[in-house]
Amino acid sequence: MAKITLQDIRHAYGPNPESDEDWALKKLSLDLADGGAYALLGPSGCGKTTLLNLISGLLTPTEGRILFDNADVTQASPEQRNIAQVFQFPVIYDTMTVYDNLAFPLRNRGIGEKEVDARVREIGKMLELDHMLNKRASGLTADGKQKISLGRGLVRSDVNVIMFDEPLTVIDPHLKWVLRSKLKELHHRIRRTMIYVTHDQTEALTFAEKVVVMKDGQIVQIGTPIELFEKPKHTFVGHFIGSPGMNLLPCTVEGGRAVFAGNPVAAANAAAYKGNGKVLEIGVRPEFVSFGAQGIPVDIVKVADAGRYRIVETRHQDHSIKLLVAEGLVLPTRQAHLQFDPAHTQIYEDGWMVS
Amino acid sequence: MNKTVNQKAWFFVLPVVLLVAFNAIIPLMTVVNFSVQETFGDNVFFWAGVQWFEQVLQSPRFHAALGRQLLFTAIILLIEIPLGLAIALTMPRKGPWVSVCLVLMALPLLIPWNVVGAMWNIFALPDIGFLGRLINGLGIEYNYTRQPFSAWFTMVLMDVWHWTSLVVLLCYAGLVSIPDAYYQAAKVDGARPWAVFRYIQLPKLKYVLTIAILLRFMDSFMIYTEAVVLTGGGPGNATTFLSIDLQKIALGQFDLGPAGAMSIIYFLIILFFSWLFYTLMMKDEAR
Amino acid sequence: MKRVPWLIPTLYILFLMLPIYWLINMSFKTTNEILGSFTLWPRDFTFDNYIKIFTDPTWYNGYINSITYVVINTVLSVAVALPAAYAFSRYRFLGDKHLFFWLLTNRMAPAAVFALPFLQLYSAVGLFDTPIAVALAHTLFNIPLAVWILEGFMSGVPKELDETAYVDGYSFWGFFFKIFVPTIAAGIGVAAFFCFMFSWVELLLAKTLTSVAAKPIAATMTRTASTSGYELGLLAAAGTLTIVPGAFVIYFVRNYIAKGFALGRV
Repeated sequence: MAKITLQDIRHAYGPNPESDEDWALKKLSLDLADGGAYALLGPSGCGKTTLLNLISGLLTPTEGRILFDNADVTQASPEQRNIAQVFQFPVIYDTMTVYDNLAFPLRNRGIGEKEVDARVREIGKMLELDHMLNKRASGLTADGKQKISLGRGLVRSDVNVIMFDEPLTVIDPHLKWVLRSKLKELHHRIRRTMIYVTHDQTEALTFAEKVVVMKDGQIVQIGTPIELFEKPKHTFVGHFIGSPGMNLLPCTVEGGRAVFAGNPVAAANAAAYKGNGKVLEIGVRPEFVSFGAQGIPVDIVKVADAGRYRIVETRHQDHSIKLLVAEGLVLPTRQAHLQFDPAHTQIYEDGWMVS
Repeated sequence: MNKTVNQKAWFFVLPVVLLVAFNAIIPLMTVVNFSVQETFGDNVFFWAGVQWFEQVLQSPRFHAALGRQLLFTAIILLIEIPLGLAIALTMPRKGPWVSVCLVLMALPLLIPWNVVGAMWNIFALPDIGFLGRLINGLGIEYNYTRQPFSAWFTMVLMDVWHWTSLVVLLCYAGLVSIPDAYYQAAKVDGARPWAVFRYIQLPKLKYVLTIAILLRFMDSFMIYTEAVVLTGGGPGNATTFLSIDLQKIALGQFDLGPAGAMSIIYFLIILFFSWLFYTLMMKDEAR
Repeated sequence: MKRVPWLIPTLYILFLMLPIYWLINMSFKTTNEILGSFTLWPRDFTFDNYIKIFTDPTWYNGYINSITYVVINTVLSVAVALPAAYAFSRYRFLGDKHLFFWLLTNRMAPAAVFALPFLQLYSAVGLFDTPIAVALAHTLFNIPLAVWILEGFMSGVPKELDETAYVDGYSFWGFFFKIFVPTIAAGIGVAAFFCFMFSWVELLLAKTLTSVAAKPIAATMTRTASTSGYELGLLAAAGTLTIVPGAFVIYFVRNYIAKGFALGRV
């Protein structure tokens, strides 16, 4: 168990980084609380796997320090940091049985066979592998093998952090849900720090207590799933999280109020705008847009049925605005008007939420 | 892959079948023919049954050649497979030197076999060859044209020089295909380098090692050209392996009967051992 | 400890280059110098040996003959192996496993066994002493190899590609040449490389099936050694020149060597 701190970390893969593009991870600092469940979420290439490998010790950062419980581990190996990592596809030792696979990390540290046996059986039971401990590991299904990978991490009782690098990639869709719940249940049980890397927002939002959203080597926002949903600090977060993503509409601010295409819009942070930004946008999620008697006049373009609700795409002048309506709601036939919930409408200046 | 049943596929394989059959079946029939017949010349043949087979199988000359061949192949396999694997393990996996290494290592494999033999023939000569001068200069008496042991030594050295690269390239291809995640997981698990070799690399190399062993077994068992050019089978009979002996009997003495019988026995031995190696090494996969 | 691994490949490569260096060394010496003294590099550097080879038809024809049958063989082997490998990869048919196995057994046949029968066979069909004879004879070993390699690469291409092409309106041969072949181009390169390699280096059958007109360079070299009594400088130059095509070919496929040696199956 450990509190993890990253101080002024910057990482480049090449030998002589000069321009911005050479840095895979731009300068960042991060504090991860002991026992938390974190997700690193972002599109491919945003640096999340790099960050994960820096924490685990598989990579040494070009700049900066990494601390576990205030002890400097920047130069320490993964073994010394006492971490566990589950990879994208199952990594098991084919020639060994499930039992030997789980026992491997313990035996490498010279732990006595009796203790090894106790731990292996305990973890085997926790992961429901106990009835196949003597089977050849190579004979298991993909999810079984990932469980073994996970088990090798859990079997060390003093492991500090468990890291997951897109672990459900090769799992069958109907099993993904099962494994995801298992991971969350596991976290509740053993309360170890867990860091989960993924590009899938559903995985991140369901697993994590706090999500670290990343883009282009930078951390864009850290927050609970609800915070990210309701108060996205960056248009990227608004757009990446939520399905469909946030509506972004160009606007101006006049006299302390936001104006979109000639229509005044009440925004929660309009008053805070100091006014120097180049690109101003209003951000509001489709969940917080509704039809009303007055508001922005729009034409209904498309209605998509998503089961319990419908996604309605409307148009005002050249701009497309999406909103969610309940299943049974009758859509306006003549001129429709949209209203934005002021509490959930934000102004974004150059992508960042004004505050 | 889900293959569909389609008998028309035979048209696709027909050209291959015809060409290979032309080259395989007709000559083999000739060989079988010779092996069961006897002739006193003038194209007159008599049925001889298993006479030639018995003669060959009981002939001390055949036993001697077979013995030499088995010994040679065993030595070759024992040296080249571990050596090739060891070199592959120490080669860089990435970077600019990889291409250079691979190209230089592959060079011996593309030299015509008679040139290989000729090269070593001169290279190992005690008076004008670098190797010959070197060894004799160290005080060791070395002359492969006169001493059987030196001849064997030179033959083995030449084959190791010639073919180890095949094993290296095969093992290297296998090693390069192991995903990084395995090495990373081993690091996380605290595995020592020997454990990494034993539990990750070796199992993943099984397929390429099987190919390497099969190819080296087959080709060393059939060795002819380089050996003939190097020693001509001598001094005396010291390095007369199976192919060399067969050629002497067939094209040298024109003893068609014994040559035919020996050919078939020879072929069957190779088939048997190849099947044995393959089955032994691949038996875990058939589950 | 990190330095030591570097040492091993370096030593090995030095070991490999030594006899080759010695050969090149001799090729630039006169035979007198070779027999008369022991020198690590040519004292009297001379191009004479090479000039002789490039100007004397008996010599350079040997190279031309060799290249001729190797190229014919490579083209032929790969061409017929392509449809066959496709069949093995995509279809099941009567006797397919046995056929495949039988093809592979031909690779295990000692050339010595076939020398005399081939001599009789190719004389009987009037092909003795032609490059075609050697090209055809080598297909015995090269076709099974080409089929094996190509089948490995083809099995890596999912059938969905074929089906999509048909849905898009391609005829079978249109699909095969315009879509499939480019997809497995690496495999074709590897197969062609191995066919070239085995045909270029194999000399027993090449010598048995030729005498004067289609004589490969190997035969010319051995005759020189026996008749005019060891013109070593000339032999060395001839030998060096035989290494050149091989070096070229490896250089061209150097990026595929690693993948190729796994024969597409790893």
